[in-house]
Amino acid sequence: MQKTALNESHRRSGASMVDFGGWEMPLHYGSQIEEHHAVRRDAGMFDVSHMCAVDLDGPDAKAFLRRLIANNVDRLQVAGKALYSAMLNEAGGVIDDLIVYYLDDTRYRLVVNAGTATKDLAWMTDRLDEWQLAATLRQRRDGADALAMIAVQGPNARHKVWQVLPECRSACADLKPFFAATVGEYFIASTGYTGEDGYEITLPADQAEHLWEALAAAGVRPCGLGARDTLRLEAGMNLYGQDMDETVSPLDAGLAWTVDLLSPRDFVGKTALLSRPRQGQFLGLVLVDRGVLRAHQKVLTGAGNGEITSGTFSPTMQQSIALARLPLGVAIGDDVLVAIRDKLLAARVVKPCFVRNGTIRV
Amino acid sequence: MNIPADLKYTSSHEWVRAEADGTISIGITEHAQELLGDLVFIELPGLESEFVAGQEAAVVESVKAAADVYAPLAGTVVDVNQAVVDAPETVNQDAYAAWLFRMRPNTADDLATLLDAAAYQMIVDAA
Repeated sequence: MQKTALNESHRRSGASMVDFGGWEMPLHYGSQIEEHHAVRRDAGMFDVSHMCAVDLDGPDAKAFLRRLIANNVDRLQVAGKALYSAMLNEAGGVIDDLIVYYLDDTRYRLVVNAGTATKDLAWMTDRLDEWQLAATLRQRRDGADALAMIAVQGPNARHKVWQVLPECRSACADLKPFFAATVGEYFIASTGYTGEDGYEITLPADQAEHLWEALAAAGVRPCGLGARDTLRLEAGMNLYGQDMDETVSPLDAGLAWTVDLLSPRDFVGKTALLSRPRQGQFLGLVLVDRGVLRAHQKVLTGAGNGEITSGTFSPTMQQSIALARLPLGVAIGDDVLVAIRDKLLAARVVKPCFVRNGTIRV
Repeated sequence: MNIPADLKYTSSHEWVRAEADGTISIGITEHAQELLGDLVFIELPGLESEFVAGQEAAVVESVKAAADVYAPLAGTVVDVNQAVVDAPETVNQDAYAAWLFRMRPNTADDLATLLDAAAYQMIVDAA
């Protein structure tokens, strides 16, 4: 199993470690629920070094991204601006979801998922060759110049990062959401996967342990992948491999807002998407009865059956929530039934953003 | 790992306590709650439900997973612990105090078929 630069730190902190996409990662450090609350109420940090940064350089870098991804990279005009996008195959299925950071017209940084990184790099390299574009791709997860990534999230995250990295304060204090700034060897982004304020800090792997320990000393709580999953689900954010994959159209996975079908720009998968409009809708569920919604449970609605793609118990709401693919006729506010073991339990259809910035939204 | 010597165990990680009135109390072990993580939902059997040994009798769910709790012996449910339904986290806090349900075994001798602490310890160590 592969290990991040913070593996020893996690073990010293008593983490319960699990295999996640071939990486040995902390699931929790004692209580997943307390870690979840720390991020909603104060500040928590996640080792996300298993995700893979890919540096794209060259005169054709922009032309490459214009064809490669479904969102419109032309929207990136200011240095540091980030864009969330799906990368599709020719059939319109999602190969991965990723974030693109714009440095300048010839330099971008992409961050892709851990379990899909190898496949993504192979796909991108093949397209680069096929289209005969002048650019290079360089993964930054392994090797002498490997990077680590630490996500610091929560209402007090920024202030705690500034305590530890005073030089970050002037450079990042005014960072708008979904932007990044380079501070020395650190690449600091106002992105995240929790629905809270904070930073994602990319830095040389050999400096990760020092920063992690300093953040812990400043009162930032180490959080595992368990809390990361309940936080992202409350925030209504998709998880690759669960809410969408290569067999699912982004239009059926709640990602239509990231797909640019309006501009004349052609991209991989566009033809397929245009010939196959969305088949269902991606909505949230709140369980009214007691129990826990889980992936693959069947949802019975007046317009036909749907399926839960991600479900959990929401520590913030103290009830179970889920993301689900439902028939087109279903509306927000509808009452539906979910098949859990031998019972049919009552649930309500909601917009798939349950909690943001510490506040319940449904 | 805390495995009290005065209890009996199953290989599916239930603990069983013989009560003075001939009934047995059933819960999940400390090892089981640790594997599951923070519990958030517990579903208990109905009173007077009858089970054979090894039959699914209750469900415990953590944030990450659902797990069945099996009847350790054949018998009838005589009591359920509503307190753990209202506060599932008490199982994480003290797995051996937070009993789930009580049964009256069909045959008292069946208790001898369960594992003792040493045998259960070996199962945990091998996992």
